[in-house]
Amino acid sequence: MTKPISVAAKTRQIVKKHGGGKSGMIAVLQDIQEAFNYLPKEALKTAAKAMNVPFSRVYEAATFYTAFSLKPRGKHIVKICKGTACHVRGAAILQDRFETTLGIKPGQTTADGKFSLETVNCVGACALGPVVVINADYHGQVTINKVDKIIKKINEEGAQS
Amino acid sequence: MNENPDTQARQIMDNLTLYYGPKKKFVAICAGTGCRASGSLKVKEALEAELKKQNLSDVDVLATGCLGFCEKGPMMVIHPDKYFYQHVKVEDVPEIISKTVAKGEVISRLLYRHPETQKTLFREEDLPFYKKQHRVVFGQNGMIDPARIEDYFAINGYQALGKVLSEMTPEAVIGEVKKAGLRGRGGGGFHAAVKWEGVRRAHGDPKYVIANGDEGDPGAYMDRSLMEGNPHSVIEGMIIGAYAVGSNQGYIYVRNEYPLAVTHLTKAIADAREMGLLGKNILGTDFSFDIQITKGAGAFVCGESSALFASVEGRAGEPRAKYVHAVEKGLYDKPTVLNNVETWANVPLIINKGADWYNTIGTEGSKGTKIFSLVGKINNTGLIEVPMGTTLYEIIYDMGGGIPNGKKFKAVQTGGPSGGCIPESLLDIPVDFDKLYEVGSMMGSGGMIVMDETSCMVDVARYFLEFLKEESCGKCVPCREGVRRMSDILEDICAGRGREGDVEILEAMGKAIADGSLCALGGSAPNPVLSTIRYFREEYDAHIRDHRCPAGVCKALISYSIDAEKCTGCGVCVKVCATKAISGEKKKAHVIDKEQCTRCGACIQSCKFDAIHVK
Repeated sequence: MTKPISVAAKTRQIVKKHGGGKSGMIAVLQDIQEAFNYLPKEALKTAAKAMNVPFSRVYEAATFYTAFSLKPRGKHIVKICKGTACHVRGAAILQDRFETTLGIKPGQTTADGKFSLETVNCVGACALGPVVVINADYHGQVTINKVDKIIKKINEEGAQS
Repeated sequence: MNENPDTQARQIMDNLTLYYGPKKKFVAICAGTGCRASGSLKVKEALEAELKKQNLSDVDVLATGCLGFCEKGPMMVIHPDKYFYQHVKVEDVPEIISKTVAKGEVISRLLYRHPETQKTLFREEDLPFYKKQHRVVFGQNGMIDPARIEDYFAINGYQALGKVLSEMTPEAVIGEVKKAGLRGRGGGGFHAAVKWEGVRRAHGDPKYVIANGDEGDPGAYMDRSLMEGNPHSVIEGMIIGAYAVGSNQGYIYVRNEYPLAVTHLTKAIADAREMGLLGKNILGTDFSFDIQITKGAGAFVCGESSALFASVEGRAGEPRAKYVHAVEKGLYDKPTVLNNVETWANVPLIINKGADWYNTIGTEGSKGTKIFSLVGKINNTGLIEVPMGTTLYEIIYDMGGGIPNGKKFKAVQTGGPSGGCIPESLLDIPVDFDKLYEVGSMMGSGGMIVMDETSCMVDVARYFLEFLKEESCGKCVPCREGVRRMSDILEDICAGRGREGDVEILEAMGKAIADGSLCALGGSAPNPVLSTIRYFREEYDAHIRDHRCPAGVCKALISYSIDAEKCTGCGVCVKVCATKAISGEKKKAHVIDKEQCTRCGACIQSCKFDAIHVK
């Protein structure tokens, strides 16, 4: 078994991988988020030091882009597409249903850490709208009545593994 | 061996094309994002396994990029007969192999059936969806597995590059693109050759070449399908562009939401390097150029040139005032060519077939074809490529097959959040850069979202302004504050709190924001509002004066009721209602408690008898 690596050490590794310069900032933040599922404060501070930029610069980028989260996110990330094609096919009422079923609003995570709800401006699968992307799986033509089934299935799969 | 490096480039490409292509017997299964969501990868695995089992090792399986008709996925085309099969399942595979692939027999249940005549149609080109298309750029998707550079060689890939490097001067390349009249496919419609010329002339070193793959317009996914389905066409276009302007470094900026595009582009770049098509001394000449991929992180404004540069440089994507153009000071303040992905993909075509050929397609001011994403309330959803100048009517009715469920067409939205809604009365206009602008919309990157009588135009305007409010970078005041105020007013109108005079305020603010904003995001932000006011004023009035949403969308202004005549008392709606607002005895008409009802739509979606009405 490999020794678990500290947040700071992992962050330094990531910065090094992208050349250490500040132009790699967005890529560094993306990799940090992939490693920890969110952007831990410690990682941002380490990254600022390692890239030799003020912390405010890192924080600015981390909060400007919607793909980044400063809070830990759930195991399963439910992204509701809010593109125009999905909107005219009822994405808003779908979002309502996910909010009720999961008991959270977009940007929040369930208390058990299982689900995070997010909205995306367009996932680019417009012909299948309304679309919901859960982790890396695309669900097309989702109806309100499928919402509970989708969540139930993920819960059951989680219980098995 | 030919010692002259200049003619050698052409020679190498000729040999590669001869060696690899063209393919004859193969099955092209669509593995674009849409078909993947419908399970096409499992079908592909089954195809490979079954071919092995039936000892047909000479038949190739191509997991292609998007084939366009996403509605019918998973779909496949079987060559050489080019039979088109739709909604293919894993269970169909053994029969497809034993009958169609082995013997050329067609399986009629998998064919497309014409919705009116009920006749089965055999090939893509027979289908109404494809018939009027002219797929010079996008059509190549069906002939290649994007992960295999040899497939691209087989369809004359990199031939244009070979030609450019051995026969053309940079000036001649620019001249050819200029003569072709290639205009930017990202929305602005700026002449590509003018940008290239500017960068070629500009002082400054290094010079950069960028492909804008930050396809942010909601409802559009053409660039995604090109980057995923034919990455080499984009790369080849960029190399040619780099040669023309004198650049050695390029970037492809890809949206965060397109992971498959990143995978395919990464593979394509690595393969091109290995083949000597990227990197130092391309094809043995003294021209060197390489490409790096930069991933976006979810910011619509990064589609704007100066914001995109900031993002590539590792900063927050805020645009800057453009006193100095990107052709002189772009990325890292160096001369930069930024073109959209689809624009780049057009370049090899122009070089291969010539500007004269390109000029035969399109209209006076807009040459070539354009790929559109035809989505929303339309029967045949998917991606289409049509000559510029095709009318909206042809697109929506001939290719799109009209509006589903017998509903009435209301509007088509083009140009994303910068565009507008076009009403039925203007459906006969030919689609090109200038005509769309004239009617208050714009080409944009190519999203066409069709709306029917159940789409509320005030809600659509509200939707776009909410989108833009969130995506405004916040740098300049007219956009940051103005868009927010317009959004608030629209929010109020949709919630039944609209006041007389609101429409006039929206119009006045729209003009001020358009005039005062720093970049195109703010400059065009009022368009969705102004165009819906222009063509659908009566809907605004109905919301404000009568507190009524004619389309039945705005929740605060509608109520649900059950038609006692139609209701069979089956009880399905009772089960799906989250607030327990529906009650009634089994097999008798049910009723909705309007106080409890949140108008979530669950009952409407589950009622098989069309018994729930919205007013």
